[in-house]
Amino acid sequence: MGTHHYNLSEQFEFTGRTKILSIVGIVIGIATIVYGLFLNTDHVTHERTYANLLLMGYYFACVCMSAAFFLAVQFVAQAGWSASILRVPQAMAKNLTLASIILIGIIVAGLFTHNLYHHWADPALLVEGGEKYDKLIAGKAVFLNIPFFLTRQFVFLGSYAIFAHFITKWSYNEDLSGGLASYRKSFKYSCIFLVIYGFTTPVFAFDTIMSIEAHWFSTMFGWYNFAAMWVSCLAIIAIVIILLRKAGYMSWVNNSHLHNLGQFIFGFSIFWTYVWFAQFLLIYYANMSEETVYFHKRFNSYEFWFYLNLVLNFLAPLLLLMDRDSKRSENILLVVSIVVVCGHWVDYYQMIMPGVFEFGTKSGSGFGVLEIGIAIGFVGLFTYTVLNALSKKPLLAKNHPFLQESLHHHL
Amino acid sequence: MSNIKYILGSFGDPDEMLHGIEKLQENNISIYDVYTPMPIHGIEAKLGVKRSRLDVAAFFFGITGTITMLTGVYLATVVDWPVNIGGKTHFALPDFIPITFELTILFCAFGLVGSYYASTHLFPGRAPRVMDLRATDDRFIIAIDAKQNTEHEKIDELLKGAGALEVKHNERKYLSYE
Repeated sequence: MGTHHYNLSEQFEFTGRTKILSIVGIVIGIATIVYGLFLNTDHVTHERTYANLLLMGYYFACVCMSAAFFLAVQFVAQAGWSASILRVPQAMAKNLTLASIILIGIIVAGLFTHNLYHHWADPALLVEGGEKYDKLIAGKAVFLNIPFFLTRQFVFLGSYAIFAHFITKWSYNEDLSGGLASYRKSFKYSCIFLVIYGFTTPVFAFDTIMSIEAHWFSTMFGWYNFAAMWVSCLAIIAIVIILLRKAGYMSWVNNSHLHNLGQFIFGFSIFWTYVWFAQFLLIYYANMSEETVYFHKRFNSYEFWFYLNLVLNFLAPLLLLMDRDSKRSENILLVVSIVVVCGHWVDYYQMIMPGVFEFGTKSGSGFGVLEIGIAIGFVGLFTYTVLNALSKKPLLAKNHPFLQESLHHHL
Repeated sequence: MSNIKYILGSFGDPDEMLHGIEKLQENNISIYDVYTPMPIHGIEAKLGVKRSRLDVAAFFFGITGTITMLTGVYLATVVDWPVNIGGKTHFALPDFIPITFELTILFCAFGLVGSYYASTHLFPGRAPRVMDLRATDDRFIIAIDAKQNTEHEKIDELLKGAGALEVKHNERKYLSYE
């Protein structure tokens, strides 16, 4: 075993082109939102802007909470390999508070301007004998009513954010004081967090995304969303680490670490396909109209996106990452991760847009300036906040008990 | 010319054995093989062992399973006995993906077990052969082909110098459990 000399207090400097580009991204995003909401009186454009905001707000929050999930999984599994890369998911988990506030802001604004969730949020739907009375929605009103809905959003996102905050904070404390106290605490609270997270994310996905089409339901939907958010988070962790390495940081990350991340991305892409298909197959096989309506919309007006979704999220990682050498190659893993991250944008787009309006049937719906601009805005926001958080602390948790195992990680 | 076929260096510690490999390689002595009771990280790279082709075999076993199942389903549901099920086309692919997946895995697993037995010469009724009995217990063995490397004394010295507890000169390649 060769002895390595790494700079244990190496710190990321967030300056220059990356910072400027991320701020430009945020400005583009804000400009697009202003264009979509205020420079336009068209109701369809408002709805579409809100749908896009929900998409990216949800994506942002899901990536950050999955980063907290990643941390918790590493602690509970007492994983050694990841000890030297934990600062990246920590920086992402640190942003969960901001991401939650943004997502709740979008949901509340969309709800009260009747641009989101109007399939169930209208009180007139519940009046028996009334003109708009909807028996199905009235039956679901015990669960799907505005106060309870918002309470759930606050409780779920709030509890994830609290755990993310503490698990991150203890790791920083560990840098200063050393010892095992922080690790033990992280382990204990990670166990609790995993239980809470496991039971509540499906409900969170039902609320935030599935209730857009409130007449339809699928019990697989929660796991399908969990798979999507988890694999996209893993891909983003890989992208951040590879780009940091390319910029000359984190020299201790070797291709065995990349191999592990590659296995994660490969495995959970297959898992995503498995739950996606499990949801699809049952509906296809039973062929009941109240269930097939969901896929009817997607087949008829979003056919290209429907198949693109499978190509990007299943075929691309399956074929490009199957080989051992591809998982260990920085460039291939980077390309596949970017494909998967874009793929899950398409995935969320598939979940949200057909519920809001049919493709190409109303003015301006489809794929255009609003989609691209808002996506760029959130990418800029994510880059800025995550790299900013990353630059505040050293890139290595130098007192992590498994650090040596991670520095000598070899597969 | 002596009848010694193989020289075995028996080590009690994996690090000492790795040190022994380095010493032999520095002196351009080719190593026949290394036997250890547990996997040792990085030893393949050190010995220059070629990458296993088991994954390629796995892929082809798997794809055979896929093709077998799809062919079987097609013959049964389209050619031999078409039945209208829920108004779907006879060869309704999504319905048969789970079973195709299962057969892919089954063929892959059986194929790999077979390949493993074939490559390690482990068949039912055949007693396994080893070069040193303690390689499966607590010793780390470096085997050197004595016909190819004729400087036997130098090899002995190198092995002992690296910490070998025992150096054996074997006239037979394998010992048998028989």
